[in-house]
Amino acid sequence: MSESLVTTVSAGWAVLAAIILGGLAFFAVALEAALSARAHGASGGWVAPVARTARLLRQRRRTTVAADTLLWRIGGAGLLVGAFAMVAVIPLGRWTLADLDVGVVWFNAVDVMVWALVWLAGWGANSTHSLVGGYRFLAHGLAYELPLMFALVAPAIAAGSLRVGEVAAAQEGLWFVVWMPVAFLVYLIGVTGFSVWGPFAPALSADIAGGVLSELSGVDRLVFLAGRYALLAAGAAFAVPLFLGGGAGPVLPGWAWSLVKTVAVLTVLVWLRRKLPMLRPDRFMEIGWMILLPAAVLQDLVVSLIVVGKG
Amino acid sequence: MTLEAVLVVAAALFAVGLYGALSQQVVVMVMMGLELMINGVLLAAAGFWWFLAPDPSGQVLLLVVLAAMTVEMAMGFAVATLLHRRRQTDMTDMAEELSR
Amino acid sequence: MLVTIVFWVLAVVAVAAGVAVFVVDSMARATYALALSFIAVGVQILLLQQSYLGVITILMMVMEMAVMAVYMVMFMGMNPALMPMDMTHGKKTAIGASSGVFGMLAAGALLIPWPERRGAPPEDLTHAIGLEIMGEKMLVMVVVGAVLVATIVSGVVLAAHRTRYDRFGDDLRRRPADDPQPGGVGR
Repeated sequence: MSESLVTTVSAGWAVLAAIILGGLAFFAVALEAALSARAHGASGGWVAPVARTARLLRQRRRTTVAADTLLWRIGGAGLLVGAFAMVAVIPLGRWTLADLDVGVVWFNAVDVMVWALVWLAGWGANSTHSLVGGYRFLAHGLAYELPLMFALVAPAIAAGSLRVGEVAAAQEGLWFVVWMPVAFLVYLIGVTGFSVWGPFAPALSADIAGGVLSELSGVDRLVFLAGRYALLAAGAAFAVPLFLGGGAGPVLPGWAWSLVKTVAVLTVLVWLRRKLPMLRPDRFMEIGWMILLPAAVLQDLVVSLIVVGKG
Repeated sequence: MTLEAVLVVAAALFAVGLYGALSQQVVVMVMMGLELMINGVLLAAAGFWWFLAPDPSGQVLLLVVLAAMTVEMAMGFAVATLLHRRRQTDMTDMAEELSR
Repeated sequence: MLVTIVFWVLAVVAVAAGVAVFVVDSMARATYALALSFIAVGVQILLLQQSYLGVITILMMVMEMAVMAVYMVMFMGMNPALMPMDMTHGKKTAIGASSGVFGMLAAGALLIPWPERRGAPPEDLTHAIGLEIMGEKMLVMVVVGAVLVATIVSGVVLAAHRTRYDRFGDDLRRRPADDPQPGGVGR
């Protein structure tokens, strides 16, 4: 439609977007570390990730017999690349890197890539535990992906557009989260799903010696973990134009509101991690298909009826 | 980028897929060959659409091609699972009586 | 110019990845080579200004290949990551047939005098597709929907090894159903 909704900035600004995403991801890491320290009765903890990063940077790479190094590296590094690809279509206030006319589908396509990437990271090491982790993630993926897709559909229907900027602009007056709470909830479940986060972390859990992470060491491990946090941050950031009115808000400029809302969503996601139990893939399969999917489809129906009713 | 270029690339993809579908013994690999053939068809259809008749109704054809790909995949997996369960095999040669 | 270069690079990637599917020794590599081929074609479709179709192709195919990899590992019955795999039959016929087909198609593509372009692409193609499949071409989509449902049902029928009699007993009265896998919604 009109071009005035969001301004596409030149590609050079991608650096700034990367820095913001990195900052958000680091915020999530630090918050997680602080919460973890508090849970163990210690204080501080904010600096722990820095120390951990330094240690991983110095660590020597572990190698395994007959590892498929090419696929392993693709899987490890891909998460970070995917998170950047997601951020490219998210408007920061008025500015966006790429104003794709199918931005919502683009986001969806990238989050599907995560399936392949996590599995590859599990497969590449040629180690049982990491492959088991990869399979666990795929099983989770089968359960969360379809509800997530239908949750993404709801704001797109309401806005009548797949362009992220237009979806954000369509929420003037009333944020989508108010009248499509189910979709928002399912979306957040999906975000935790594709970030292998919290309840969806059995792929990396201790009962299989760290799963996908078990053979990753040094820089590879750092990049994989960073990618996970970056995906979480990108998912939180995408919730803002989709459900939380984009950059709309009083006093502060649009870009600031976008960041504030992103940080808020991210904080909730990180905080929830300690409150929720792990979801076993076989159990969650039924939850995903019997509860979340019908709920998301019903939400879409309600949204469609409201849109049709309003004319 | 011309229509001819797109069609030649599509033909190459189709031919490679045909080779796979004809020569591979494992059911899943045969499916990969079929997928590659449909990949070529998809590219050719997209090229025809853009260079000959860029009209929205033509896009429906491409959606149908995508749906056909899905159906092929789902039925292929189902048959492969059944074959594996009944025969403990995944080779097309061992399911020969299906062709009689 | 730039578009042409990108197009040919993608073309080489797509075809080379397609060949790699049947050449490499590893199941995972074969599967993801096919995924790469699809991604390259998806981006080419994006170059042809069909953004919705291009992105949807990438989305669907990466998802399918992630599942495909599982089936490959499950059904190959050996570990081709550790040994070379050459499970082919009638290779020469296949090569002959496929090069013949390629020659024919390519010759057709180059020799046929293609007509001039008719009409212009709509302003917002995604929107136009939506109107089309919800309007004039709705019957096509209805049929496709029915076919997909039939596929789901027949796929499950073919692949599931337990029938309702296994689950609910011979008189279909057993409650709760006898499932080997406990579900997540309170069973």
